Amino acid sequence: MSIMINKNTKVITQGITGATGLFHAQGAREYGTQMVGGVTPGKGGTTIDGFPVFDTVQDAVHQTGATASVIYVPPPFAADSIMEAVDAGIELVCCITEGIPVLDMVKVKQYMKGKKTRLVGPNCPGVITPGECKIGIMPGYIHKPGKVGVVSRSGTLTYEAVWQLTCLGLGQSSCVGIGGDPVNGTNHLDVLRLFEADPDTEAVIMIGEIGGTSEEEGAWFVKEHMTKPVAAYIAGVTAPPGKRMGHAGAIISGGKGTATEKVAVLRECGISVADSPAEMAQALLKIYKP
Amino acid sequence: MNIHEYQAKAILREFGVPVPDGHVCYNGASAREWAKRLGEGPWVVKAQIHAGGRGKGGGVKLARTSDEVRMIARDMLGMTLRTHQTGPDGKLVTRVLVENGCSIANELYVSLVVDRGTSKVAVMASTEGGMDIEEVAAKTPHKIFTETIDPLVGLTAFQCRKIAFSLGLGGKLAGKAVTVLQGLYKTFIACDCSMLEINPLVITAEEELLALDAKFGFDDNAVFRHPKLSDMRDYDEEDPNEVEASQHDLSYISLSGNIGCLVNGAGLAMATMDIVKHYGGDPANFLDVGGGATAERVTEAFKLILSDSNVKGILVNIFGGIMKCDVIATGVIEAAKQVSLQVPLVVRLEGTNVARGKEMLAESGLNIVAADGMADAAQKIVQAVKGANQ
Repeated sequence: MSIMINKNTKVITQGITGATGLFHAQGAREYGTQMVGGVTPGKGGTTIDGFPVFDTVQDAVHQTGATASVIYVPPPFAADSIMEAVDAGIELVCCITEGIPVLDMVKVKQYMKGKKTRLVGPNCPGVITPGECKIGIMPGYIHKPGKVGVVSRSGTLTYEAVWQLTCLGLGQSSCVGIGGDPVNGTNHLDVLRLFEADPDTEAVIMIGEIGGTSEEEGAWFVKEHMTKPVAAYIAGVTAPPGKRMGHAGAIISGGKGTATEKVAVLRECGISVADSPAEMAQALLKIYKP
Repeated sequence: MNIHEYQAKAILREFGVPVPDGHVCYNGASAREWAKRLGEGPWVVKAQIHAGGRGKGGGVKLARTSDEVRMIARDMLGMTLRTHQTGPDGKLVTRVLVENGCSIANELYVSLVVDRGTSKVAVMASTEGGMDIEEVAAKTPHKIFTETIDPLVGLTAFQCRKIAFSLGLGGKLAGKAVTVLQGLYKTFIACDCSMLEINPLVITAEEELLALDAKFGFDDNAVFRHPKLSDMRDYDEEDPNEVEASQHDLSYISLSGNIGCLVNGAGLAMATMDIVKHYGGDPANFLDVGGGATAERVTEAFKLILSDSNVKGILVNIFGGIMKCDVIATGVIEAAKQVSLQVPLVVRLEGTNVARGKEMLAESGLNIVAADGMADAAQKIVQAVKGANQ
């Protein structure tokens, strides 16, 4: 078992004829994911490296039975692509695209109200269920099937946590990168809720960073409702206020959203917080006996 | 990206938000001429720098005669203004805004932001104009009124009236407040703002509303669709290294320490700074080379780090996903040769093509310390820099 995706998930790539889209579609296929085709408006009816290409997401869904989509469309057009996938009834949309204007995402969020689609991202590495299905840009080989769930805003920091787990022989149930933008689809809380409900996830590592309150909301859920052990790391203890640390969402504004503040809340909620990013897996082992 | 006050006011004027009449000037004589054209006086002369707290630093002055405008402008131009936001070095004043003074009856506060909690734009207003709003929020939160805006409908008149009445504005002023607030929302959307703050919004003795100061924050992700705004960018107001970095698609922030960091991914870059600090070192910068960096971009990143004379050692921390370790290695080797590297260099590579990357570094003949894992890397660079200082 796993969350969001498994070996039966059929995935289409929006923006498949672009270099990035094709590269990662190939990578996911090699990993064993059911990559059933892609969408590039105006190139419907053609194929690229064995992937059938469709003009619209709706066509792709009708022809392939895909329930998930991954988006590599350039930032000016990505919000529209998300809405197209939502309209076509896709269950899970992972938007990898970085640099979508925040007001575009404000509209997307409003558009998605009352629809069944789950959006992960944008500006994220995607979702992987090791050994079964990989949707996104993460290197597959660092993962190992197992029982630990991982959720993070940052891509490379997720890889770091996964690698630490794998090196200690601890596999992962699913790993979800929720992305570094201030307005995004799925947050820490949503993923924690899924991990709590997933019988094959035994423990969770949650990775956060400065800015916003997604980590705190997750922590309160852990305190109130979670029965599984949770470890965490928060990046940005040394980040100066008012500066955007790469991610649009990683900014300390008005003295709010500092790492120190977040760590305090997480600890209060019974989460084992690693002092150093090199100790994420060890922080979990302090409270979890596999 | 930030813009100057005079530019901000020109934008507001375009969207029907009332602002004092004024003009930007670059020397005393033109300041006097513009003062005469603007009105009878008194006038306000305001230093144009990208930092708040100008009044306390002597960057905002009242002039009663046009000759006084000239003298104040002359003194202000060329001076280095220090405020709590400029840092100890201050900012050089190269332009001033001359504008008509007004008689202030009351000062209000209005701002619009993208609220992460609701994923919508929110307008906030307060009777405590001219104050630091964060202080107001902390001490007297009941004095701040907030309306959340439906993106598909926009800021409605009734929402504006609610705010106006909460602020105690009745009669004609309530109607004027609707115009001002809707003008601000139009500006916010049309310019892809992430923040727009009017502090203070004043009520004049003549019962008019005027935006006396304006601060814009633009969404960097949307600048591509606003060429007019990017033309307003004043590079002299920005950190030269950060400007250089943005031209190479590098995300760079300079800090005060002495250990240069080169990392892929924003989260890992922050974590690298943290772990350097954790082991007793002090990071000189935040630098994310991004996921799809080329060897050239890595070389540029290296040069950028070394252009900071405080840097006494460099830590490269790469977890290759899309980024391949051999590409990083090529960039590192090329850079080390080009700049004839004099400071210790610790490299931690993990991920795609890691074996090849490590091999290349080992064969390069350069003095590179290889590290296994983040902790090992941070400890090694901290030790190397401390050793060099002794």
